[in-house]
Amino acid sequence: MSEVPPPPHRRRAHTSKRDLERYAGLFAARTARPEVISLAGGLPDTSTFPPQSFAAQMTRIAQESAAEALQYGPTEGFEETKDCILEVMGAEGMLPDPDDVIVTTGGQQAIDLVCKTLVDPGDVVICEAPTYPGAVPVFCSYEAEVIQVECDADGMRIDELEQLLERLRGEGRRPKFIYSVPSFQNPAGVTMSIARRQRLVELARQQEILVVEDNPYGLLRYSGEPMPPLYQLDGGDFVIYIGTFSKILSPGIRLGWAVAPPPVMEKIVLGKQAADLCTSTLTQYFVREYFSEGRWQQYVADLVGIYRDRRDAMLEALREHFPAEATWTEPEGGLFIWATLPPYIDTGDLLAKALRADVAFVPGQAAYIDERGRNSMRLNFSGVDEDEIREGIRRIGQVIAEQVDLYGALTGQAPSAPASAKPDGAEVLPFRKSGEAGG
Amino acid sequence: MKVAVLKGGRSLERGVSLRSGARVEDALGRLGHEVLALDVGADLVKRLTAERPDVAFVAMHGVGGEDGTAQELLELLDIPFTGPGVAACARCMDKVLAKHAIREAALPTPDWFAFNQAAFRELGAADALGQLEGSLGFPLVVKPSRGGSSLGVKFAASAVEVPQALVSAFSYDERVLLERFVEGRELAVSILGDEALPIVEAIPAGGDRYDFEARYEIGRTEFVCPAELGESESAAVTETALGAYRALGCTGFARVDLILAADGPQVLEANAIPGLTDTSLLPQAAEAAGMSFERLVERILDLALEPAAA
Repeated sequence: MSEVPPPPHRRRAHTSKRDLERYAGLFAARTARPEVISLAGGLPDTSTFPPQSFAAQMTRIAQESAAEALQYGPTEGFEETKDCILEVMGAEGMLPDPDDVIVTTGGQQAIDLVCKTLVDPGDVVICEAPTYPGAVPVFCSYEAEVIQVECDADGMRIDELEQLLERLRGEGRRPKFIYSVPSFQNPAGVTMSIARRQRLVELARQQEILVVEDNPYGLLRYSGEPMPPLYQLDGGDFVIYIGTFSKILSPGIRLGWAVAPPPVMEKIVLGKQAADLCTSTLTQYFVREYFSEGRWQQYVADLVGIYRDRRDAMLEALREHFPAEATWTEPEGGLFIWATLPPYIDTGDLLAKALRADVAFVPGQAAYIDERGRNSMRLNFSGVDEDEIREGIRRIGQVIAEQVDLYGALTGQAPSAPASAKPDGAEVLPFRKSGEAGG
Repeated sequence: MKVAVLKGGRSLERGVSLRSGARVEDALGRLGHEVLALDVGADLVKRLTAERPDVAFVAMHGVGGEDGTAQELLELLDIPFTGPGVAACARCMDKVLAKHAIREAALPTPDWFAFNQAAFRELGAADALGQLEGSLGFPLVVKPSRGGSSLGVKFAASAVEVPQALVSAFSYDERVLLERFVEGRELAVSILGDEALPIVEAIPAGGDRYDFEARYEIGRTEFVCPAELGESESAAVTETALGAYRALGCTGFARVDLILAADGPQVLEANAIPGLTDTSLLPQAAEAAGMSFERLVERILDLALEPAAA
């Protein structure tokens, strides 16, 4: 039997909203200087997209479909766009009914529309701890009560989730949905194990609770075996799926989608109508053109090669430059590594020091609605090249080392050895490995 | 008149500064001035030399703009500028220097000890922490000596929390101070020329005075202006603030932050270039005095161009 985990932290979400806004505000201005190496963003690298083919596609649209591409489109999105979406989902083994699909203005709008459809003030929304920092303000804007369930190296702790559901049931409450980024999670970089995926889907079915699966990075796998999405395991009865072209093509085109069972979809369509009538027809035409060339999978494969090298460069730099007290995740895909420092280092304050050294990251607190995450940071490896990654990590490592030494001087503890002095393999996962319970 | 608005720069308060600057530019435009917006960078001197503004409106906050650096250059280029001069800026920016100046002027400020990193790294200052904590008592406040917007300000409820608070404060500056925590009402007095504007009181929404972060999170602090104070209290606060303003050598404008304790006001710090955004305290105080933002900006310019202010 595994030991009983502590109860998940909870707090009325509106408190956290301000924390996040504050962080976002601090960042926007601070990291804008060009000389700063920013490991803070979540930016895919769009520089490798061939400009000639971009020009050719847009020219073709202008010549052949100008009137339609400049016109309003259906709220649900064009059938042709949905065909592209089915191709992308098919690449991960999913086969949704096109009628269950709606094209949205980025995955972010899909999160918003799901909340708009499902969440009433005071409703419980469950998500991971840490969670995608961009989702929490959405939950908050619909006045959800956000409860976070701890993650470890295998993703969300399903045993903890079960206890939480049990407790909520005791209080006569049901969560509106469980939000998860099961693959290469933002910000933690961890991936939910197959056993936990199966258990989560089973729980959703048994207790008739919706799961919102946000899967922006699923195709960006650099190592390990592909995992079935929750949507595939469930067949789409209790899993609402959110996808996006942002990470496999371009975030600038703002094209994402949601897949939901018909009763939910009907309401999402109404919400979408009210929000913006339809997703940009021009960018839908662009995606259609782009997919018709049949090279999108090759482009994703190219990106995977680039990001794999960058991930490896960052992991290597972390081993070289971060102190022995630091731990970090080793993601098999996606865009992020989550590093955890000794508890006496507040990464929000560390950022001030790091910015003086011209390097930026996201302080971990942005991914929590409570006080946790203060000694963690999210590091992005997709947005800058390998030399910058190495230099950025070196600079962060240096400011951390200064803090560690200072703390040692303040408390009389011995100064630290560099991380590379650690025996191989005995390291790096900041998350507790769970016991057998929870799969 | 051609007015250069200096804003932005590399400081951590760059964001606030850009907002202050933008608002000032709008007001200057409405007042009919020719506005030269300058996001301060390596080309500052070149641009000022080329453009030769009649006066510079310094809307920079934090290190680089509020500490006398930009002011020194403006003096060199012989361009009149708004707000306090070089020496006053340098004193206000550094809380330790400011507290010394205030105490030397026989004005009340909470007891403190200041250390730089070398004291801990090289001189074993950690061994003196116990004694110092005994002298200041708990809770105590740990602050970076230079820095604004309460960044890096930590509250230590007991001895075990002190090292961590010091590590955070040292993220912002080489020197930090440990200060006695004084219980009381949080007040800000904005001064324009040699005249105090109505007092602003900051009231944390949760009533939790130990939560310093609350002060700078929208919605968690309520500002009341003019503060509800008795006549004698109000006079004591204003007089203390004006005393600090003069002791620090401020001219033009500044904002003095105080705690009104049971036994009277204590000066915490002075801001040589207080924020000028729509939520900032100086504009709020001016408004309470019946002064529009445009008039405030005009008055600040006039003060910069008065011969005595240079």
